Amino acid sequence: MISAHRLTKRFGEFTAVDAIDVEVRRGEAFGFLGPNGAGKSSTMRMIGCVSPPTDGSLRILGLDPATDGPAIRARLGVVPQRDTLDEELTVRENILVYGRYFGLSRAHVRAKADELLEFAQLTERANSVVEPLSGGMKRRLTIARSLVNDPELLLLDEPTTGLDPQARHVLWDRLFRLKRSGVTLVLTTHYMDEAEQLCDRLVVMDGGRIVAEGSPRELIALHSTREVLELRFAADDHAPYAAKVTDLAERVEVLPDRLLLYTDDGDATAAAVQRRGLQPLSVLARRSTLEDVFLHLTGRTLVD
Amino acid sequence: MSAVNAIARALPIPAGAGLARTLVERNARAFRHGWVTLVSGVFEPVFYLFSLGVGLGALIGDVDAGGGRMIEYAAYVAPAMMAAAAMNGAVFDSTFNLFFKLKYAKLYDSVLATPLGPRDVAVGEISWALLRGLLYSTTFLVVAAAAGVVHSWWALLALPAASLIGLAFAAIGMSVTTYLRSWQDFDYIQLALLPMFLFSATFYPLSTYDESVRWVVQVTPLYHGVAMMRDLMLGDVAWGILAHVAYLVVMGLAGLLFAARRIERLLLR
Repeated sequence: MISAHRLTKRFGEFTAVDAIDVEVRRGEAFGFLGPNGAGKSSTMRMIGCVSPPTDGSLRILGLDPATDGPAIRARLGVVPQRDTLDEELTVRENILVYGRYFGLSRAHVRAKADELLEFAQLTERANSVVEPLSGGMKRRLTIARSLVNDPELLLLDEPTTGLDPQARHVLWDRLFRLKRSGVTLVLTTHYMDEAEQLCDRLVVMDGGRIVAEGSPRELIALHSTREVLELRFAADDHAPYAAKVTDLAERVEVLPDRLLLYTDDGDATAAAVQRRGLQPLSVLARRSTLEDVFLHLTGRTLVD
Repeated sequence: MSAVNAIARALPIPAGAGLARTLVERNARAFRHGWVTLVSGVFEPVFYLFSLGVGLGALIGDVDAGGGRMIEYAAYVAPAMMAAAAMNGAVFDSTFNLFFKLKYAKLYDSVLATPLGPRDVAVGEISWALLRGLLYSTTFLVVAAAAGVVHSWWALLALPAASLIGLAFAAIGMSVTTYLRSWQDFDYIQLALLPMFLFSATFYPLSTYDESVRWVVQVTPLYHGVAMMRDLMLGDVAWGILAHVAYLVVMGLAGLLFAARRIERLLLR
C-alpha cells in the first residue's frame, strides 16, 4: 500500500523527516509513534499527497504522488490532527459536500451520507450545524467524512487526542470495524495504549528518524523486559537508592519520584529488594508496556 | 524521483482535477445559510445610482457623453456604478471571505486532501464570486432600465462585461489575500480601492484631467472597466472597446494562475 525509501522532508535548514524506510501492507493497521516534532505529521502529509517529498522515493497504492496526486487522493481517507469540518454546513452536508469533492454523484453521496451518519452514531444530529457538537462527535464526523469515498487506505493523525475515555473507546471500536472490513489503517499517536490496541505493526520515530520497528509485542520483548518494578522511597533524590539495587535488575532507571527496575519477574525482584533491608514507601510490579519502550527509545526530556 | 518533482513543480499551471464546480456547489450550500450578504451586494450600486445619478444629477443636468451627444447625468454615471459594484463585489468575496476560509475555517486543508488541487480551489472560488456578481449586476441592470437610464440594447452585454471585471478583480484579490497576515492588513485593500472608485473617470470624463496625468488613470484596471461598461450601456461601441476587454482578460487569467500558485505554496508545503 505504502512503500517509502529514504523518504526525506526538509523545510529550509530543518530536516523534519530524515531518510526513513517504511512498508505498509494491505489490510494492516500501521502506527507512527513518537514525541511531538518527531516527524510523524510531516510523514503523514507526504503520504496524503499534500506535501511533496524533498528526497527519497514514495509510492502509494503503487502510484507516484508527484504525478498521480489526485488519483491517489481519490482512494485515500484522511483524518487530520485538527478537525477541519466545514462549519458553514450542517453535519449531513459536510458528508455530502465532501463526497462531491471526489466527483461522486449526488445520488451516491446521499445514500452514503445516511450510511455513514449511522456508522458514526450521528443520525439524530444530521441537520444540526457543526459548531455545537462535542469533541467526540466532531471527531466521529471527521472520520465519517473521510470514509465517503470508500477509501482503501485511511490516514489518521492522532485520532483520539483530546477526547474523553468514553469517546476514545467508541472511536477505537469504529476503527476496529473498519479494519475488519479490509481498510488499511495508518495512524500516528503518542498514546501507547492506543498503539497497543490498534496497531499490528508500528515504528517509533524520534528526531525525524525511525528508531524502532515491529509489533507492539516484539518491541516490548526487544527494548524492555517482561515486567517493571516501580519503587518509591521517602527521599527527594532517588539516585543513591539506585546504586543499591542496580545488580537486581537488567536495567535501573532513576526518575525524580521513583526508580524503575526492568526485570523478568517483578515479584521476585521486590522480594530481593526487601531482603536488602530497603524500605520503599510503595512497591508496584507491573507488566512492561509500550510506554516503557517508547520512553526508553525517545528519552524522557520534555519536547514542546 | 526528485527530477520528476522538479518538472512537476516547474509546470506553470498548478495541479487540479477538474472538479472546481464542486467547490462552487459547496459555496452555494453555505450561502443558503447566510443569504443576508446578498442584500448589500444588490443594493449598494442601486443606492449610488439614485443618490448620485438621480439626486446629484438633477443639479448637474445633461452631460456630454462624447462627440457632442448630450445625455442625463444618471445615464452617464450608471455604467460606472455597475463597473464599480462588480469590482467591489469581487474584491469583497475574494478577500474577506477567502481570508476567513484560508486562515480560520481551514477549508482548503480538507479540500486539498481530496482529488481537488490548488487550481480547482482558485477556479472554484473565482467562479463563485462571478456567479454572485452576475446576480448583483443583473438586478442593477433591471433597476437601471426601469429607471429609464439605459438607452441601448448593447447594454445586455454589460452583464458579461461585469463578469469580466469581476474575474479580473477576484483573481487579483485572491492573490493579494494569500499575502495578508491579519485583518488589519485589509486597510491596504481599501486604500487601493477607494481612489480607484473615485478617480477612474467614474463620475466625470477622462478629459477632465490634465493630459500629463491621464496615463496614471489609464493604467488602473477600473478605468478600463468603467470605459468598457459606459461604451456598452450608452450604445457607443467601437473596436477600441477590445483594448479594455484585453486588459481585463489578461489581468484575470494572470491573476488566476498566480492565485493558484500561491495557494499551492501556502498549503502544499
